[in-house]
Amino acid sequence: MASVDLIGIGKKFGATDVLRDVTLRVADGEFLAILGASGCGKSTLLRILAGLEGTDQGEVRLGGIEVGHLRPKARDLAMVFQSYALYPYMTVGQNIALPLEMRRLSAWQRLPLLGRLMPGTRAARENIAEDVASVAGPLQLGALLGRKPAQLSGGQRQRVALARAMVRQPAAFLMDEPLSNLDAKLRIEARAEIVALQRRLGATILYVTHDQEEAMAMADRVAVMQGGRVLQVAAPQSLYDDPVSLDVARFVGSPPMNVFPVRLHSSGAVEALGTALPFHATGTAREGIVMGVRPEALRPAEQGIAVTLARIERLGGEALLYCTAPGLAQPLVAQVEAGEANDHAIGAPLRLMPRRALLFDGDGKRMVCRAGSVGAMALASAHG
Amino acid sequence: MVDRLGPLFRHAVLLLGAAVMLAPFVLMLSLSVKPAAEIFAPQFRLLPEQWSAWENYSAAFTKVPLARFLMNGFIVTFCIFAAQAVTALPMAYALAKLRWRGRDTVFGLVLLALLVPPQVPAIPLYIGLWQLGLLDTYAAIILPSTVSVFGIFLMRQFFRTVPNDLIAAARMDGLSELGIVWRIMLPTAAPALAAFGCLSFIWNWNEFFWPYIAVQSEHLMTPPLGIAFFSDTESGTSWGPLMAAATVTTAPLALAFLLAQRAFVRGVTMSGVK
Amino acid sequence: MAEARAGKWPGGRAEALAAWALALPALILMILMLLGPVVAVLLLSFTGWSLGDAEMEWIGLGNYEQLAADPVFWTSLRNTLIYVGVSVPATVGLGLGAALLVESVGRFRSFYRAAYFLPVASTLLAMALVWEFMFHPTVGFVNQALRTLGLPVTDWLNNPDVALLAIAVIGVWQNLGLAMVLFVAGLQGVPKDLYEALALDGADGAWERFRRVTWPMLGPALVFVVAITAIRSFQVFDTVAVLTEGGPNKSTEVLLYTMVQEGFRFLRTAYGAAITVVFLVFTLAITVAQTVILDRRAHYG
Ligand SMILES: Nc1ncnc2c1ncn2[C@@H]1O[C@H](COP(=O)(O)OP(=O)(O)OP(=O)(O)O)[C@@H](O)[C@H]1O
Ligand SMILES: [Mg+2]
Repeated sequence: MASVDLIGIGKKFGATDVLRDVTLRVADGEFLAILGASGCGKSTLLRILAGLEGTDQGEVRLGGIEVGHLRPKARDLAMVFQSYALYPYMTVGQNIALPLEMRRLSAWQRLPLLGRLMPGTRAARENIAEDVASVAGPLQLGALLGRKPAQLSGGQRQRVALARAMVRQPAAFLMDEPLSNLDAKLRIEARAEIVALQRRLGATILYVTHDQEEAMAMADRVAVMQGGRVLQVAAPQSLYDDPVSLDVARFVGSPPMNVFPVRLHSSGAVEALGTALPFHATGTAREGIVMGVRPEALRPAEQGIAVTLARIERLGGEALLYCTAPGLAQPLVAQVEAGEANDHAIGAPLRLMPRRALLFDGDGKRMVCRAGSVGAMALASAHG
Repeated sequence: MVDRLGPLFRHAVLLLGAAVMLAPFVLMLSLSVKPAAEIFAPQFRLLPEQWSAWENYSAAFTKVPLARFLMNGFIVTFCIFAAQAVTALPMAYALAKLRWRGRDTVFGLVLLALLVPPQVPAIPLYIGLWQLGLLDTYAAIILPSTVSVFGIFLMRQFFRTVPNDLIAAARMDGLSELGIVWRIMLPTAAPALAAFGCLSFIWNWNEFFWPYIAVQSEHLMTPPLGIAFFSDTESGTSWGPLMAAATVTTAPLALAFLLAQRAFVRGVTMSGVK
Repeated sequence: MAEARAGKWPGGRAEALAAWALALPALILMILMLLGPVVAVLLLSFTGWSLGDAEMEWIGLGNYEQLAADPVFWTSLRNTLIYVGVSVPATVGLGLGAALLVESVGRFRSFYRAAYFLPVASTLLAMALVWEFMFHPTVGFVNQALRTLGLPVTDWLNNPDVALLAIAVIGVWQNLGLAMVLFVAGLQGVPKDLYEALALDGADGAWERFRRVTWPMLGPALVFVVAITAIRSFQVFDTVAVLTEGGPNKSTEVLLYTMVQEGFRFLRTAYGAAITVVFLVFTLAITVAQTVILDRRAHYG
């Protein structure tokens, strides 16, 4: 296993910039998720790393060594494709064995019939078969080695793709949305399998996904991409709690963060929806400032922002309260325990946890803000 | 319009049509087992009163070297198809999946060549083969057909439907470009190649125009040429043996067609060309 | 698009090299066997060369002037056009009819399809000899059938008035199955829900279905089938060469047959090349017409 460094990568397709100055450093044995909306350049980045695509700018390093000039085969990376890209007319066993055959057998030894007669072919093939079996076993593919990909379920195909990548013990794994073709339940099982595998092998993994929950659940660190740029690279929790920009804050978390406009007084006092909030913001920006609050940081209370409950969505363990307030285009969403969504909660004002509120300036950048009075359990009325 | 006719009536029309379409085949088989005396009987009978199948078929094989003609037919069609496949597959892959300067130009040439009826190059090819002293050889029959632009076009269209990821995976697994053609594209293309093989076999087995020009020696004649030669030398006197020879000539195609009907029809539908 | 930018990515240059290496054998053969000869035929048609001549003399449009004054050429061209004019409508019409009927019946479909398609896959030359017997003046099926129906009979292949028609009948018989198969493919491409929508709109009669859905949807297939049948008909040669040799009285003299006679039998090579060029021009004209019609439909239809 090796570290992976992408430094200042830029890539154009014709006139469109697909990647702009992308820098990512992945440590040896680290699991990095690349998270972004469709079309933001995630696959292109992986393809560049794999050597399937060239760059216009920047450097690619594997284990500290520049590999920009090396062809895919020489880079010793393994890729799991979104479509799995299994060879349809080869059996599972042949699919898994192919990368080993290409590396361990000479061109002569690979010849269809003649190759069998070449010296050393038998031993090498037996070796390969052993390695295939040792990879197939833990992935529960042992009984399926003789089947064709078309005769497998989606989850089994995904494991074959994984096995084909694992079998040759590459410097790093590149995975391009490997779970997006699975149904929800299987996806969660497969997540756990991949994570367990990564722990066991100590593998370096670059894992592309557009599913933020998947990225948060699996990765050591998450890189959020948008429009060909990396917005932030951080551990899942700090990405969630401490996003550098409004775009990141909105992208991460489900249901998404509540965002509403606030007014900033020259004193640094913050006022939203006609309510003064117990914060002090530092910085010079005064226009277009918005506040972001996660749904679980809003809860019904005796006092707070006056709202009208529009509807309740019950998700089983918890419930979402959709509340409208005068002057707000989007409803505010509060997430509470299912038991809390009772008659009591209906019609109650919403209290906001001051520590969890984030301020963003007109350009969407984070502003520093301090809770004014930590002890305040309720919001003071703005009147007076 | 079609629906209003009762199903029975529709079947009647179709059956009548089928009878007309199959009549020549029935006639051919019937004549091929009749003695000369019965062939011109005023009343047609399907089966002869006196069977002469053995006489007719053995005459067909002895009066002319029919076995030789058939063998030539197999040699020629096999060599042509092998050459066409070996040249068309790599080019089709390069046109469908590789990025290179000149690709559009080369594909343009393929499309251009697709418009040229096969009889047009005949005169220059004849002159060229004459200068090389190759007229009246197997090479003269085979060489002009060693490349099939139609095959290139067909395979290229097919290869375009192969996912790019599959090729990327093969490259990462360490295959060379030729290895990709051989180990990834060829097996994936097997159905399309089979359909093309059927078409190539039909066309080249039946081809009369070019062998008629390029070959004079009896021992090099392909089946259509041989049977034309037979009909010439016997000029309408021995219908029985002639029909026996016609049956033997058509049989490989008819059998192949009945066995691989799907591939034939698929190939023809994909093509339409020629 | 993935435009060619050789050398810009790892293995980009190698990829371009590999592409050329893979394409080269076919490319060379294509130029040697097809495109080069086409150019050669064109150039040759402006010379007075015959096979074996030492000198090649440039005579400009000489061959074409000679063609214009050659009654055999005009007969040949006229016969070819008549042949195409007769066999194309018949093949396309019968092929469409057969396709509609075959698709409308539930049972025996594959039998009918095989029966109609068998002539396409059989050796035309051998079958032409069978047809010679079918056209036999006394015992041939054709005359026997006509006699039964009380219609006049003739010696088809030896009567200059009808010999070309007899040859066309063989052509139609051979190509009908091809037209049918192509139409069937076209019919299967018509989405079933169009018929359902039509039925909901209140038009469920068979004629309405044909006129409002089948026929318009079949348009591109029709143009395609007409073009292919026309191109194949222009190439009529085998039947003429083996059955009539252009006779009787030049009544079945067709372009390719004239070309072979002039170019190979009489060794007037350059003259044969000029006839080839005329033949090529007609074929290309059909393709161009097909493209234009399909383009129009695509844009305005
Ligand atoms: N070969 C190409 N030529 C031109 N543009 C391309 C090419 N490949 C990708 N693009 C463009 O580059 C952008 C990024 O593509 P990419 O496949 O990297 O997106 P992605 O983030 O993987 O999206 P998804 O989640 O849908 O897979 C897209 O706008 C796409 O249209
Ligand atoms: Mg992608």
